[in-house]
Amino acid sequence: MSKVFEFVWLVPLLPFIGFLLNGLLRNSLSKSMTGIIGCGTVLGSFIISVMLFLEVKDGHTEIIKLFNFIQVGSLSIPFSFQVDQLSCLFLLIITGIGFLIHLYSTSYMHEERSGHFARYFSFLNLFVFSMLLLVLGGNYVIMFIGWEGVGLCSYLLIGYWFKNNEYNNAAKKAFIMNRIGDLGFLLAVFWMINQFGSVGFGDIFSRAAETDLYIITGITLLLFVGATGKSAQIPLYTWLPDAMAGPTPVSALIHAATMVTAGIYMIARSNALYSLSHLSQDIVAYIGAGTAILAATIALKQNDIKKVLAYSTVSQLGYMFMALGVGAYSAAVFHVMTHAFFKALLFLGSGSVIHAMSGEQDITRMGGLSKKLRITYVTFLIGTLAIAGFPFFSGFFSKDAILLAAFEHNKIIYGIALLGAMLTGFYMFRLLLLTFHGSFRGTEEQKHHLHESPATMTIPLLFLAILSLAGGFVELPAAVSEGGNKLSQFLAPVIPLSSEPPVSHSTEWSLMALATGLVFAAVLFAFYKYRKYTPGETTGLGKVLENKWYVDELYDSIIVKPLRWLGKKGLSFLENDVIDWIVNGVGKMVQLGGRQLRLVQSGQVGSYVLLMVISILVFFAVQFFFRK
Amino acid sequence: MRIEYYIYLSLALFCIGIVGVLTRRNAIIIFMCIELMLNATNLLLVAFSKMHHLAGVAKNPNAGIDGQLFVFFIMVVAAAEVSVGLAIIVMMYRNIHSVDINFLNRLKH
Repeated sequence: MSKVFEFVWLVPLLPFIGFLLNGLLRNSLSKSMTGIIGCGTVLGSFIISVMLFLEVKDGHTEIIKLFNFIQVGSLSIPFSFQVDQLSCLFLLIITGIGFLIHLYSTSYMHEERSGHFARYFSFLNLFVFSMLLLVLGGNYVIMFIGWEGVGLCSYLLIGYWFKNNEYNNAAKKAFIMNRIGDLGFLLAVFWMINQFGSVGFGDIFSRAAETDLYIITGITLLLFVGATGKSAQIPLYTWLPDAMAGPTPVSALIHAATMVTAGIYMIARSNALYSLSHLSQDIVAYIGAGTAILAATIALKQNDIKKVLAYSTVSQLGYMFMALGVGAYSAAVFHVMTHAFFKALLFLGSGSVIHAMSGEQDITRMGGLSKKLRITYVTFLIGTLAIAGFPFFSGFFSKDAILLAAFEHNKIIYGIALLGAMLTGFYMFRLLLLTFHGSFRGTEEQKHHLHESPATMTIPLLFLAILSLAGGFVELPAAVSEGGNKLSQFLAPVIPLSSEPPVSHSTEWSLMALATGLVFAAVLFAFYKYRKYTPGETTGLGKVLENKWYVDELYDSIIVKPLRWLGKKGLSFLENDVIDWIVNGVGKMVQLGGRQLRLVQSGQVGSYVLLMVISILVFFAVQFFFRK
Repeated sequence: MRIEYYIYLSLALFCIGIVGVLTRRNAIIIFMCIELMLNATNLLLVAFSKMHHLAGVAKNPNAGIDGQLFVFFIMVVAAAEVSVGLAIIVMMYRNIHSVDINFLNRLKH
């Protein structure tokens, strides 16, 4: 056992220490000290993660058991960490991007009061801790602890500005939606304990093949319910766009790069189960495809810069689920990675824009910012190109891997994915053009105030831009370079390589050309449409899209309103009539009984004796006639 | 003599006692009726004791003797009761110049 593995527990522990320090000493620490603690602990985790990665790259993997967590009867759940290729990759993403976003936050949140500043950092550190626990957990229970922890942190950070009631509602919405999903996850864990008597990954996967198919299907579908909650898929996706109420770096870290990919991580981790059940795979793929296309259409007409990015996140997550559904687990993980790069970049870029515009988020009141915000513009452009899938940017390779896998397995999914890619290109360029091109549409005061963000904000942007540019080269398609699938091969011990024969290189080339051509067409159309933008009313389908297909209203009328009605009826009927009647009735009965029984207590000795005699006679009679 | 006759006699005495207690208002008569009931019980105990003794004397010379023992206990209790009870009645008569128990319900006020 290598020395580094002995220090695995430090990886989650460091951010936890940061959380405790920042949280408990929030009123006495200075802002710079808070920033140093917040960033330093995550940087420490990152360094250890890199060392772990180097170790794992040489083929050493390890399950480190720290102590016995739960011991009930024959069920034993150890508190163990699993360090292998998959968790290591996620460790790097979480701590690496986490560190950059912590760094960015130090200046983005600088206007907050000192106590609130430290509160922000303590929550952020707690989030990193929970997320690391989630990906490091050696069994489903430890994973579930992290799973709940990130949900809690997401709630806390969405509602960070708790004086705004709308933000609080958004936080509650996110928490409740997540809880619905978590219930599915929990049921799956119970079922696994019932079926396998264990929750360890290895135990379950090795015994899954000889288990009844319907059980595997049930477990995987319940796990998928958990994933739809956490990773914002139909029908539980509506919380994610509302979650944009939180500070922008939070949106970048939690609601784009890491937490929302927990569902993908979990399914990729459970690939041995999902591969057994075709029904589950199909459901995952179709839900993913549906979400991808639905969210992409909504993103076409949103005017809030963060909402567009939020819907694009939902849509990209849909892509990842599509990949999982067609069995291309490593393609999904690859897309998680590249998406983490470019979506964190885009969110941080939007944060920089919002910062420059003094809190303005409406892109119809922006425009022409490219001259004032050079670095932000260039990096945002790189992010946009990456997400749209322009050749040689990271998003191109990952999206291409998904499209290829979809083409091999299911042509319908492929068609939807292609359409989604076009829509992505269109709405991202709409966002870019409205924000950075054309003429400025804001107020004079805002125009005067425009400025590039400080270095602590631009440096993370530059780093992420480089990653978005070059991140795709870890997994070149087979057609481009022989043996280029480095990531898949790296992940092969956890995610078995596909045994099917690959499609011919000419097919691959033509698919790539088709996708690229369509995206180019969509982008050109966006240029044609939004080059000279003037705000105006939208009608018809545009209005439906602007209102997000009225999904929130639909949920409101089919779930919230009936529940409210039920509550109201429960109050007026069950509470006021039934329960009150019972409670008051008991009181009345006792009163009435007392009033009647009082008469027996007459004070006449003779009547007492008579009663005594009668009672004794009754006893005798009972004894005599009803003896067994 | 057959045991049934003793039982009938005892039952009759006991019922007379009960009826007396229920119907009469004079405390002394009620007292006498209570004594009647106690003695009805004593009669029954003695009768059964004799019966068991006759049935079991071959094996055990003391068979059924405990019934007669109880009779002595009851006699002692009855004597104690009479002494206390008559004292109460005397006190009652001194206070209210009556031995009618229906006057005693004054205690409830």
